[in-house]
Order: sequence, then C-alpha cells, then structure tokens
Amino acid sequence: MKAPSTVPVGLEGLDEQAVAAMAIGEAAALTARPGNLWRDTAKGILRQRSAQVGLLLLTILITTAVLAPVIAPYDPEVAVGIEEGLSQADGEFAPCVHLFGCPEEQPQHILGLDRNGRDVFSRVVWGSRVSLYVGVLTVGFAIVIGSVIGATAGFVGGGLDNVLMRIMDILLVFPALVLAIAIVTVLGAGLINAQIAIGLVAIPIYARVMRASVLSVRERDFITASLALGESRRGILFRRIFPNSMTPLIVAGTLGVAGAILEVAALSFLGLGAQPPLAEWGSMIALDRNQLFNAPWLILAPGIALTISVLGFNLFGDGLRDALDPRLNR
Amino acid sequence: MLQFVLRRMLLTVPVLIGVIFVVFAIARILPGDPCFVALGQRATPEACAAFDARYGLNEPIFVQFGIFVSDLFRGDLGESIAYGRPISLILIERLPVTIELTLFALTIATFLGIALGVASAARRNSRTDVGTMMFANFGVSIPVFVLGLILIFFFAVVLKDTPFALPPSGRLSAGVIIIPLAEAWGMQDLDGPLRVVIDFLGNMYVFSTLVTGQWAAFGDAVVHLILPAIALATIPLALIARMTRSSLLEVLGQDYIRTARAKGVLERRVVLRHGLRNAILPVVTVIGLTLGALLSGAVLTETIFGLTGIGKTITDSILGRDYPVIQAVTLITAVIYLAVNLVVDVSYAFLDPRIRLE
Repeated sequence: MKAPSTVPVGLEGLDEQAVAAMAIGEAAALTARPGNLWRDTAKGILRQRSAQVGLLLLTILITTAVLAPVIAPYDPEVAVGIEEGLSQADGEFAPCVHLFGCPEEQPQHILGLDRNGRDVFSRVVWGSRVSLYVGVLTVGFAIVIGSVIGATAGFVGGGLDNVLMRIMDILLVFPALVLAIAIVTVLGAGLINAQIAIGLVAIPIYARVMRASVLSVRERDFITASLALGESRRGILFRRIFPNSMTPLIVAGTLGVAGAILEVAALSFLGLGAQPPLAEWGSMIALDRNQLFNAPWLILAPGIALTISVLGFNLFGDGLRDALDPRLNR
Repeated sequence: MLQFVLRRMLLTVPVLIGVIFVVFAIARILPGDPCFVALGQRATPEACAAFDARYGLNEPIFVQFGIFVSDLFRGDLGESIAYGRPISLILIERLPVTIELTLFALTIATFLGIALGVASAARRNSRTDVGTMMFANFGVSIPVFVLGLILIFFFAVVLKDTPFALPPSGRLSAGVIIIPLAEAWGMQDLDGPLRVVIDFLGNMYVFSTLVTGQWAAFGDAVVHLILPAIALATIPLALIARMTRSSLLEVLGQDYIRTARAKGVLERRVVLRHGLRNAILPVVTVIGLTLGALLSGAVLTETIFGLTGIGKTITDSILGRDYPVIQAVTLITAVIYLAVNLVVDVSYAFLDPRIRLE
C-alpha cells in the first residue's frame, strides 16, 4: 500500500502501467528484431502529429541557440542604446525597423531596447541558450540521481525499497515551486542554485519512473537467463536492466525539460534564479514588468519565446510517449 | 468504509512527519548558515551568535527538531523577522485570500475542463477535439506569470473604457468598503477561537459579502478575482481536459457502450451516463493532484495580481530574507496538499466500491 498517490503534473498519462508497458515493449522489440529498433522508433515518433510540431519547434529553438552569435545583431549584455546616445524619455527605446518606416539614421532594434538600453531581440535570441542549457542540465541532474535511487529501490527491493520510495513520496507532497523557493533561499539566489533546487525537487519523478520500469524488466526471462549464466547482480543491473529501462525515462525526461524550463524561469522571474545582466527570459520579464502598459513587447517577446520552447518539449514528449507505449493503438 | 478512512488517515501520519522533517532540514542541513540567510551575508559573528542563541540554533540538531515539532503542535510557527509578528497570525489573515482564489480557479478548471474533455472525446478528431487539445497543450506550456501579464495587458489596457475591462490588481476597487463578517453578524465583542474562525471566513470577501448580502461589494470582489482565477486555472484546466478526454475515450471503446448504442440509447445519454460516470474516477484523482500546480501557480498569480495571500507572502519574504515565513508557507502548502489528497482518496472510495474492499 502506498502513501498518497502523486503523479507529477504533466506526466499524468505516464502511470506505472504505461512505464511497465514501455519497458517491456522495448525489451520485446530488442529480442524480436534487433537492428531495426531505432529506425522503427523514429518512424513511430514521426507518425505523431504532436511530435512533428514539437520537433519543428525544438529545431527552431536549437538552431537559434547554436547560431545565437550569428543571429543576434548586438551583444545581449551591453547597453548598446546608451552607447548610441538613444534616450528612453524620447521614446527612442521603442522598436525600430527600417523596413517599417523607422528613420534610416536611427540604429535598427527590431524589438526595441530594455530599461537598461540593451537590445531586446539579441537578448531573446541568446536567452534560448540559457533556457536550453538550464532545462537539459537540470533534468539531467535529476535523472541521474533519480534513476540510481529508483533502480536501487526496484532491484534490491524489500526494506530499502520501502524507505527510499517513502522519502520520494514525501518530497512529492510539496508544491514544486514552493519547495524550490525554500531551497534557493537557503542556498542563495543564482542560476546554478535555482537549477539545483528544481533538480532536487524533480528527483522523485524519475526515481518512480525508473523503479516501475526496473520492476517490470526484472521479472523477464532474459534476466533469469543471465542469472543462470552466472552474471553478477551488479552486471545484471547495469548491463541488462538499466538499458532496458531507459525508454520511460527518456519520455519523462523530455516532458521534464519543459517543466524545468518553466520552473527555473519562474524562479528567475522572482529574482531567485538568473541574475542580471544575463539574458534569461524569466528575469527579462521581471526587469521590465512595470513597462507592461507602455512597452508590452518587452514582456511578450521573452514570454512567447518561453512558451514556444516549453511547448516544443511538451509536444515532442507527448509524441514520444504515444509512439513508445505499445498499449496505444498503432 | 470507516475502516478504510481510518487506515488511509493513519498512512498520512508518517508522511506528515516526513514533511515536517524536510521543512526543518532544508534550513539546517543544506549548506548555508541560517544566520546568513536571515541577517544577510555580512552579518558579524557576534550578531550571528546572538541570533543562534535566540532561535536555539546552538543546540544539538535532534533537540532542535524536537523543539520545532513541539512548537508546531502548539500552533507556533515562529516569528516573522520582517513583520515581528507570529507567523501563525499572518497566515490566518492571508490564507483565506489564497483559498478563495484557488477554489475559484479550481471550479473553473473542473467544470470547463470536464466539459471540454467530454466534447473532445464524444467527437474524436473533430474540430472541437483538435482545438481543445491544441488549447490544452498551449495551456500547460505558457508560464503562469506570462499569461497573467498578458491577461492584464489585454483586459486592463487594450479593453480599457469598454464594458469588458477588468481590474488588474487588488481585491476591491478603491472606495469599496465591506462590513466585516463579525460586525455584520453582531459579534464584534466575541473573542477566542470562534472569533478567529469568523475572521478567517470574513476574509474571503466573495463568501462574506455573499452571506451578508452586500451585493455591490460582492460584484466588485468577484470582478477582481476573474483575471487571477483564469491565469491560475489554465494549467489545471488543460490537465483535466486531457485526462477527461483520454479516460472517456478508453471507456467509450468498451463493449457495454456498444451494447447501449445498439439498444438505441441516445448518444448524449451514452456519453454522459454510461461513459462519463465510469470515466470520472481518474479525473477526480487528477483534480486532487493539480492542487500542487495550483499552489505553485498561486505564488506567481498572487504576486502578479497583488493579492496578499500566502503566495505573495512567500515572494515578499524572499527580498526581506524572512526565512521563517518561507519555511512556514512551505509547510502549510504541503499540509494542504496532503489533506486535500486524503479527501480525494476517501471520495474515490465513495465513488468506487471496489477501492475500499481492496
């Protein structure tokens, strides 16, 4: 009997049965037709409409992040507007696009300048790097720790399993953002600390997913065969069970990146994450929040960028889940 | 049934103890001196020594935990550094604001979410379905604080001076005064726990103006809640709509549904009575689970819309380094989450007899 059944938000379709089905499905595919697994999976994913859209959005995000120095016309952390002698009082911080009738002698800033005279378009472009890095690294951290905990609990079982998973249950009782705020306040504000906090809060999600898939793989015949062949328990865990339990973890991780980007941006918005002058979308919105009434683009631009990135990971994660869950109709 | 409820409550106890320990441990075990957290990085050693002595931080860790727990059970959550007042009093004042906002948002999310989910599942792959699912994906992806700011911009700036304009912040318009509940009920001389309860209820403006018939103020309070409630409801709404859809689709594929259709039951009745009734259980669970998202979202929503609930209390405390308050709010939100999910599990057993026989 487990304590309050908590499924993290956004993963509600990824219950224990789905995890087990994915893990077993993958193992079955491995034994049935080796060699075709990756191609089949990729085909399955690309058949999903949501995965297609998600992949498109992620391609845009990643391309922007990689090509940021090429795309961004200005240094995102330098007050170019001040250097160019523009003044906010004269309304010269507003967007200026030559194509749309902005005087040629004025320097072009397609999304205008922020309160400190930095080019907003360049900041939005560079912000994609920060978000991508934040999302992937935070989730990576949570996955590594979470999957070790989950795998240990599932493989060893018994009392250790009980203790570990009850601890995970307790952590899941806290609203994620609230717990993260408490942790960052103690660690001190900063992007790294915000990532650590969000990562810590996310650990139970991956521990649960990993445990469920280890439990379902553990009982399969090829594990019994390895045992019979005299393979060590550690070898079985790392060489047999781990690789075969990855699928659900990848799905949860993809959806988790979306959540991590949102939560770190929220912490940055509250002043606990990225610190100025770093070009981070959440802190950009916080900086110019009071200009909502006269310069809404300062909030809309990073806001839309955030939404697109999160949407990309969410859609792609949904597509992955649907493609990899053999219980769903193919 | 009673046995099930009792057993379920008993199972909550160890989790509750764990929750208290986590809240306690964050401040004491994570790197970071509580003294620096409270007084700032440049606190002198003397100031820190005095601080440690005052809050019992020089005692052994187990003694500290014992003191922490025994204080909690006496309702003592410590004292706010910024306000210099007991935190329990601050929370009693502000919790009603959060409860009102959260209930408002949850109501919107539940009814609209189930309706949208049913509409999508009933006509799979129709325009309604595709539209709803696009909306749901969008809803879980847009940050609450961005949505809140966009709503303010749209309803308070773009639609300004039209009948559709909505107030962007606060709980009441300037000049609107409401008669406190205790006064309206002629109990201003009352003291003790009952008075606390009445003040608590009275601080839910929508509720108190409704029961005392202050209609103008009631309308004003409701109008002020609309935007924050929409911002807060979006994520749960999307999750509930998705869950309703997938759960109903699964049920609608079953044999007894085909039987019902074959014997000529109206499609509407098949979906709502035969289908939805059986599909609703997972939805109820999701409603309980979205509470975590709601409480996280309340932190951001209250901050953006200037509502002084416990969410805004925690963000206000960040700048003031008011750690005891942050700790207390963390604990309270976790306890609320636990309690609500206990209720959800029990109601689950009411809805489905199979559960309690397990």
